[in-house]
Amino acid sequence: MSDLNQEMAARYKNNFLKEIEEQAEMGEWVKMCMQCGLCSGSCPTNFHSGWDHPPQEIFMLIRAGKREEVLNAQGMYMCTSCYNCYVRCPRKVPVTHVMHGIAEYAYRIGRAPKNQPTMHLSKTFWTNATKHGRVNEVQLTQSLYFKDGIGAGIKKAMEMQKEALGLVKAGRLNPMEALGMGHKCKDVKGIHAMLAKAEELEAKNKAAKA
Amino acid sequence: MAETKTAAYICKGCEIGTRLDTAALVKTATKSGKMNIVREHDFLCSAEGVAMIQNDIDNEGVTHAALCACSRRAKTEAFNFPTIAMSRGNLREGVIWIRPDTDAARETTQEMAEDYVRMACAEVKAMTVPPGNQKTGTVKTLLVVGGGMSGMTSALEASKAGYKVVLVEKSAALGGWAAKLHKRVPTREPFKSPEDNGVADMVARIEADSNIKAYLNATIAKTDGAPGRFKVDIAIESGAIAQEDVGAIIQATGFTLYDANKLPEFAYGKTPNVVDQAGLEALAKAAAAEGKPIRRPSDGQPVKSVVFVQCAGQRDATGKHLQYCSGFCCNTSIKQAMYFKDSNPDIDTVVLFTDLRTPGNGEDFYRAAQNKGVIFSKGVVSQVVPSGNACTVKFKDLILNEDTEAQADLVVLATGVVPNSGVNIDAPVAAPAAAPAEAAEGEVAGEVIATIAPESILNLTYRQGPDMPQFKHGFTDSHFICFPYETRRTGIYTAGPVRRPMDILQAQEDATGAAMKAIQAMENAGLGKAAHPRAGDLSFPTVRLEGCTQCKRCTVECPFGAIDEDEKRFPLFNESRCRRCGTCMGACPVRVISFENYSVNTVGSQIKSVEVPDEFSEKPRILILACENDAYPALDMAGMNRNEYDPFVRVIPIRCLGSVNTIWITDALNGGYDGVMLMGCKHGEEYQCHFVKGSELGRYRLSKVGDTLKGMNLETERVHDLEVAITDIATLPQKINDYAALIKSFPPSPFKGF
Repeated sequence: MSDLNQEMAARYKNNFLKEIEEQAEMGEWVKMCMQCGLCSGSCPTNFHSGWDHPPQEIFMLIRAGKREEVLNAQGMYMCTSCYNCYVRCPRKVPVTHVMHGIAEYAYRIGRAPKNQPTMHLSKTFWTNATKHGRVNEVQLTQSLYFKDGIGAGIKKAMEMQKEALGLVKAGRLNPMEALGMGHKCKDVKGIHAMLAKAEELEAKNKAAKA
Repeated sequence: MAETKTAAYICKGCEIGTRLDTAALVKTATKSGKMNIVREHDFLCSAEGVAMIQNDIDNEGVTHAALCACSRRAKTEAFNFPTIAMSRGNLREGVIWIRPDTDAARETTQEMAEDYVRMACAEVKAMTVPPGNQKTGTVKTLLVVGGGMSGMTSALEASKAGYKVVLVEKSAALGGWAAKLHKRVPTREPFKSPEDNGVADMVARIEADSNIKAYLNATIAKTDGAPGRFKVDIAIESGAIAQEDVGAIIQATGFTLYDANKLPEFAYGKTPNVVDQAGLEALAKAAAAEGKPIRRPSDGQPVKSVVFVQCAGQRDATGKHLQYCSGFCCNTSIKQAMYFKDSNPDIDTVVLFTDLRTPGNGEDFYRAAQNKGVIFSKGVVSQVVPSGNACTVKFKDLILNEDTEAQADLVVLATGVVPNSGVNIDAPVAAPAAAPAEAAEGEVAGEVIATIAPESILNLTYRQGPDMPQFKHGFTDSHFICFPYETRRTGIYTAGPVRRPMDILQAQEDATGAAMKAIQAMENAGLGKAAHPRAGDLSFPTVRLEGCTQCKRCTVECPFGAIDEDEKRFPLFNESRCRRCGTCMGACPVRVISFENYSVNTVGSQIKSVEVPDEFSEKPRILILACENDAYPALDMAGMNRNEYDPFVRVIPIRCLGSVNTIWITDALNGGYDGVMLMGCKHGEEYQCHFVKGSELGRYRLSKVGDTLKGMNLETERVHDLEVAITDIATLPQKINDYAALIKSFPPSPFKGF
């Protein structure tokens, strides 16, 4: 266990709800859930095997103070950000954001699982998109294909060959992106400056809470 | 009395004139109807048409008029002739609008119209103008029984409307349960915090109100009389009896909390740290008086954690406890959780619920509690185990589907309500000992109305029993679907949680409504008019006592307890208590009960006036007796929608299925009708009958008709009882047609031509 995890556990003792409210983004909404289950009923993922706890169960676990169960849960990483639950929640709980907030908190205190696919995608996408201010689709695809090793990557690439060629022919995919070329943002420096500022503000914000 | 002079008027408006041969109708009214004057008019409800009728009344001395135009439910303002007896022949909604305008249909449509003209003529000749009930009482003082939130509200509202009020309270102080509350659920924006219970202000207003006379430590020893002239004996503290004359009564006797001693699994009584909601109010009140936090009863230490158990002994499916939801306890627990959170946010407050029900603006209140940090968990509590000064609450978490537990210094049980509705007059006589065992004196501090009185509350001298009839779960019966204030005793209204579970706000609204209704009842009683639902009706039942056999059916069956028995055991009608449903008339085996404008004869003569074609004509005749409250309007509306039905039916509106005397059915069948269809309202637990029991009693009577049919060698299906709601506009014609098809499949009635 990481130090931060232990530190937080010690600081909030048995009050995990308070920990989430103060530390996780949008965590203050957890108490407002009224357990109607509309979020789970609206989820298009239909809770495939990766889901262990749907949103209202995660909220319930938090309120019941079950810290380990929540931080070990997979549910919050499984969200595809379709915002169905967010739109439908009768209590106007921003369910999608709360799920991301909990996932981010788990990651921050070192409790996120290694090689979690959703998290891997998020990180890869972020690095890719922020580099030039626009997504380099070929490189993003490559890094996802080869996530589990060269063999698996080549196999996947061969499978998708036809679709790729079709996209190239239709002018929707630039093969030159593989070499780091292709479209970029006009003011890359400006984007980087903006992101740096945002990071600085967020760090300040989190430091204030910590 | 002036000489009888009859007149019939045939309207030609609304296409009646083009669809029907009105000249033939005039002939029918003259020859078969034997009316003295018969006139046609192009537009009878016009000013000119009405003036024509008025002129005949004023100058020709017409005393009885048959208006053959539209339904009796239409144009009632134009055709308003209170000085004469009047009937209506329904040629528009009842004939031309439900028949196709085709050559093939013309003959049967015309026959239908002619029969309706004959029926209108026959009916009006059997009627007299009702003079209004002469035995009126004009007392305009309202008696309110119960000085809680509902009773105080009724008293204040009636006083505001300018009426005198006598308020009787059993305990030593006004305020009831509300006075025991530390604070009440908020009634105003933003619905975020408990507010003052408001009792002191109301009590002060009552004490300052010269219209209101309050008796404390008093009960009702006897209630005698009828609306407008009740005589009430009030047993006061000294043991003496005070007498009051009142015009109407509101019973606002409230509820008793369900006895938590019946819940041993929740450790109530085993440890003082388990309380019911009233117990917590007492703790909160005591703590507030000392300016200290709420403390644990066992050792006086401040409470650090509290668990609220919702639905304790309520919504119970096992049959051991209350089956219903008491409606206010979720909001109350939210409020009580706030007592703790508002004083110290670090106190753990958990509400364990299965369905959180927050009526009114409770949803905002619920949200406010969540924002204050009250934890709401969906769970069912199985057991509370006391251990030292704490308790372990064992429950099943319904979201996580696991058995778990919580520790608490204090456990609060939401136990729900039992109505204080007095004696169950419909209970089997042999069971006084089996009367509700809730009589055990509660130990809780808030127990003012300490017992569910197996003794009577109103002590009515009515033949049918001393208290208000009860409905489900012991709550007093009131017309819950259509007319929620109306009970089964005219001029006596029940208000507040004695009628159904409700919170303070709902009870106050209920009490205000009941006060308005009671005022209306007193005023109508003074004028000799009926109360709801035939408000303003001047007719009343009269009985020919020389023919009475003292069978008591009328006194037993009257749904409103209007008929007592005199010393010689003859029925004694209290006209002011009567709702004019005619159930007594339907019940009477010797047919001695009648109304001036509605009697065995007014309907019987209509039945006999219909021309029944012989058995070779292939024109059956089907009599429909339709309840005027639901079935008849549904038929009218079917006509407005041009939903066609069979031309062989003849519809007669009746006041209630309960008023159907079986003689009408035997007369119709003996007279050659091929079938009789009865249309009445739904009865039973979800009754829609305007007269509550009328349709049920009517149907019971009809269930015996089968034997009569067998005795006449007729198919029992020839008499058909149909349950009709006012909304059955589209389906009703089909049901009529189906029944007509069935009748046509039988051979013609063998009684034709006799």
